[in-house]
Amino acid sequence: MNAPNASGWKPELGPSGTASPVTSSGDRGLQLEEPLIFELGTGANFGVDLDAPEAAPLASLGRFLRKDKAALPGLTEPEAVRHYTRLSRQNYAIDLGPFPLGSCTMKHNPRLNEKMARLPGFADVHPLQPVQSVQGALGVINQLAFWLIELTGMHGVAMTPKAGAHGELCGLLCIKAAILAKGEDRPVILVPESAHGTNPATAAFAGFRVENIPATPAGRVDLAALKARLGPDVAGVMITNPNTCGLFEPEMKDISDAVHAAGGYVYCDGANFNAIVGKVRPGDLGVDAMHINLHKTFSTPHGGGGPGSGPVVLSEALSPFGPLPFTARQADGTIRLIEEEDAPVEHPQGFGRMTAFHGQMGMFTRALTYILSHGADGLRQVAEDAVLNANYVLRSLEDVLDAPFAASGPCMHEALFSDDNLPDGFSTLDVAKGLIDEGFHPMTVYFPLVVHGAMLVEPTETESKQGLDRLIGSLRAVAERALAGDESLKSAPHYAPRRRLDETQAARKPVLTWQGHVQQPAPPIPSEIGGS
Amino acid sequence: MLGLTYARTPSTTRCARGPPPPMGEDLLALLRTELLMRYLPLTPADRAEMLGVIGATSVDDLFSDVPAAARLAGPIAGLPNHASEMAVERHMAALAGKNLSAGAAPFFLGAGAYRHHIPASVDHLIQRGEFLTAYTPYQPEIAQGTLQVLFEFQTQVARLYGVDVANASMYDGSTACWEAIVMAGRVTRRKKAVLSGGLHPHYVSCVETMARFTGETIDARKPVLEAAPDDDAVIAAIDGETASVVVQYPDILGRIPDLAAISAATQVVGALLVVVMTEPVALGLLEAPGHLGADIVVGEGQSLGVGLQFGGPYLGLFGCREKYVRQMPGRLCGQTVDADGRRGFVLTLSTREQHIRREKATSNICTNSGLCALAFSIHMSLLGGEGLAQLAAVNHGRAQTLAKRLAQVPGVSVLNDAWFNEFTVILPGDAREVVRSLADKGVLGGVSLGRLYPEAGDLHGGLLVTATETTTDEDIEALATALGEVLKGAAA
Amino acid sequence: MSRYFSKDHEWIDVDGDTGTVGITDYAQGQLGDITFVELPAVGQAVKKGESVSVVDSVKAASDVYTPVSGEVTDANPALADAPELVNADAETGGWLFRIKLADAGELGDLMDEAAYKDYVDGL
Repeated sequence: MNAPNASGWKPELGPSGTASPVTSSGDRGLQLEEPLIFELGTGANFGVDLDAPEAAPLASLGRFLRKDKAALPGLTEPEAVRHYTRLSRQNYAIDLGPFPLGSCTMKHNPRLNEKMARLPGFADVHPLQPVQSVQGALGVINQLAFWLIELTGMHGVAMTPKAGAHGELCGLLCIKAAILAKGEDRPVILVPESAHGTNPATAAFAGFRVENIPATPAGRVDLAALKARLGPDVAGVMITNPNTCGLFEPEMKDISDAVHAAGGYVYCDGANFNAIVGKVRPGDLGVDAMHINLHKTFSTPHGGGGPGSGPVVLSEALSPFGPLPFTARQADGTIRLIEEEDAPVEHPQGFGRMTAFHGQMGMFTRALTYILSHGADGLRQVAEDAVLNANYVLRSLEDVLDAPFAASGPCMHEALFSDDNLPDGFSTLDVAKGLIDEGFHPMTVYFPLVVHGAMLVEPTETESKQGLDRLIGSLRAVAERALAGDESLKSAPHYAPRRRLDETQAARKPVLTWQGHVQQPAPPIPSEIGGS
Repeated sequence: MLGLTYARTPSTTRCARGPPPPMGEDLLALLRTELLMRYLPLTPADRAEMLGVIGATSVDDLFSDVPAAARLAGPIAGLPNHASEMAVERHMAALAGKNLSAGAAPFFLGAGAYRHHIPASVDHLIQRGEFLTAYTPYQPEIAQGTLQVLFEFQTQVARLYGVDVANASMYDGSTACWEAIVMAGRVTRRKKAVLSGGLHPHYVSCVETMARFTGETIDARKPVLEAAPDDDAVIAAIDGETASVVVQYPDILGRIPDLAAISAATQVVGALLVVVMTEPVALGLLEAPGHLGADIVVGEGQSLGVGLQFGGPYLGLFGCREKYVRQMPGRLCGQTVDADGRRGFVLTLSTREQHIRREKATSNICTNSGLCALAFSIHMSLLGGEGLAQLAAVNHGRAQTLAKRLAQVPGVSVLNDAWFNEFTVILPGDAREVVRSLADKGVLGGVSLGRLYPEAGDLHGGLLVTATETTTDEDIEALATALGEVLKGAAA
Repeated sequence: MSRYFSKDHEWIDVDGDTGTVGITDYAQGQLGDITFVELPAVGQAVKKGESVSVVDSVKAASDVYTPVSGEVTDANPALADAPELVNADAETGGWLFRIKLADAGELGDLMDEAAYKDYVDGL
């Protein structure tokens, strides 16, 4: 173990971790610790210069005024830039290396997207400006809508949902509205056991009762079991395709036909659309609604946990029920915005809003930029390279890691492994943490739940072969350490900014805010601010 | 009917499934290496070598699970192919150029989205790749940057709102509002929400959309064009079935409800007071809702750091009393220690969340608004309590000057007797027409109540106007002059 | 006083018409470090087999099903500050709630200690 890595750097690990000298600052070279802003800043400084206010507060405001200023520390610009820059260096990111989180599609985020989203014509426009002054912004929404419809072979698209789970909610509300419009009562949504947690959570949030349907040994939806459960109480199914095991559901069309024949609707979780974009259109498989995570397939940045964006493409049967607002291109090329004022005539069956404004415009701009950059041919290449990369990972590692579905054929855009062949006492978690020491972000672990100790590797198409070979080499090395019973793996990571964190303590005695006190100068009362 | 072609361009542009494009696959593959793609690193040689390792003869072998009938033979016809960075930039810039941006015109819109000056360092810092291109911090050892920011953000929001705890953000203010209503239902085991008439109508729409499908009872009311908000009507509507009372502060017309009085009424029946804020900058001047008896405070955080962005992405803020923390939706970051005893942060109390509780989760939310939370937190750090108070005072001062000047325009009267940076003026005619005419004159003059409440004819004379630190004296004069001309023209 | 066990790994000690309910030592071992226990409200009427309590560990939340019907008369106050009691002392000090039995006949569906031991050994 501790063989030199590719760059020749050889870490030194003392027998008890004391071999390295202790520094007085707690920092170690470029490994920098950083206090909280509350420990840095005082209430007196600030990094925004403002004119003096021109008037004292209105007398009528008297009883509503704050008694004390908010106890928030202020930083000057140099302090702030340094604080956040130092913090940023404690993060792993796609910009630093592969981020092979299965079902998350962590691909490179093109910087042209960022530049376009910051054009003042997009970034500095208010959602309630008169439509004549925002034709370009509405044009972005309309053009992206067009692409999403064409790429999925669907009839319409609801653009406003704010993220994947919000898109799921939108799709299920459309299904519920369609059922109500027919005067039916169908309280049940069927969800495969392998589904992402948002699927059952969304169905419950939308007021449905959730029932699980089993998987076959080959990791697919059990069509016979599904058919057996369909009936007049079933509103529909939520299927992820490609599924969370990284496999295409070959019987998708049969599933759709059976559900439709029983009067239900098919919701497809589009989280894994990256595997098939430009190659397969979900509309051709009988899907009624599918959300598209723009932050996955269409490269908008994940930002450390959002914002996402989850437009939902809809079949002809569900389109009349989608939320407000939406755009419509006129014959003269201008774009209308259909809101409450026009809805009674233009969209009488639609339900109201799911969010205050037009959805994640900043993500639309980025996604459209990405789509136009790639075009129809490039997007198809995206899917092909993503699937090629995943299969390369699968076949390069199946001799050292158990691959439960490898025998059933190729995978799609992610390769699934399990901890089945690891010796007793070694777990998926150890492999993940060992990979951190190797300088990589781990794959998705313990998901899907249907596979014990699951490790789901999604390399995406933006990794080079050389980059993949390095990732594969490290995964292999870590797996071999586990197979050899290397105990040091159980306390990995050793080289990250932090060792394993005590999650039990965090949950038992939650500390969710800083508990100290900000040093504050004697506060002037607000009416003195104006100096009057 | 347009409703059926929902967000679709005319069908003539829709491609049909059909034969592959005339260009052969091999030639296309060659072209790709020459022209395509600046984002795709695999070379044809790489692909061939990798297929060899896999034991497949072509990439299409890897798609063998897809039924042949569903496999497209080539790039979807009728759609453009890849384009250069320069060409895409030209296309997008042309679209951007068709918008009148707020910075290019006298600008007075608010109604849930506010234009504030964002310090230059905010956008610089959020573009650090380590923040921008990181995922949700599920591996805390290599995500302490994001986690510490979230811990700082939660503390800032809790202190701003005057509550015990805040979460790591929601999608936006409107969705946070619905989540607060659902949470209050869980806490009280009741189903009814009483909404003040001052709640943003789009927020009301979101709530009613959801309630229609989930069975919550929503008792909503429309605003009345009076100087004072409808506190009395709200209090009168509270009964023993009430789970939550939802009040916007300041309200949609810019008025300021008496939260303490409403809180007292909710406490009598064991209902929760949910306070909604669309303008966090107001808390530089106004008392924090948590100090006035609010049980849950939610709102839009867009004003700080995020920008207008035509409505999204925005930032949902969510805080509450500590005793309700396990009923909260969304991600929470908590402090702990690592194996060496060093302070560190993790996502915690995740058993509330969808990935563990599935259909029993407190919410289906997964992604939040992390990067917007970072932008908010940086902006808030640059302000501090002192700067926030100053910023609020400047906003309030500008709005007073705006109100004085608009009141001098013939036919215009100010509705409010109290406001922060946004208030309602009453015009002689339908404000929707006036707003469009102002835009024709290059002035973005506010938000008409007719656009927000098309069905309520009694509100159509109302115009919401906002002034912030970005509003200049010249802007105010431009609006007053243009408004005078438009009204004069309408009267003539 | 006699003790019964359910297949969902709850135990109940019955004394007259009152039962004390907890999860078994086997169950706490499966769950790992327990971080929070959500208890039923005193006075709440519950039906046999209904989920009345939730035991959280870091990565899981497990429902606790009441083995009998009745009215909840008490909930263990010590668990609010020390949920780890369920790990340390699952079958005595880590009890969850007390219940006034509605139908003592329901106890007939439960196992005795020996039968539960066989049941667990078979898992």
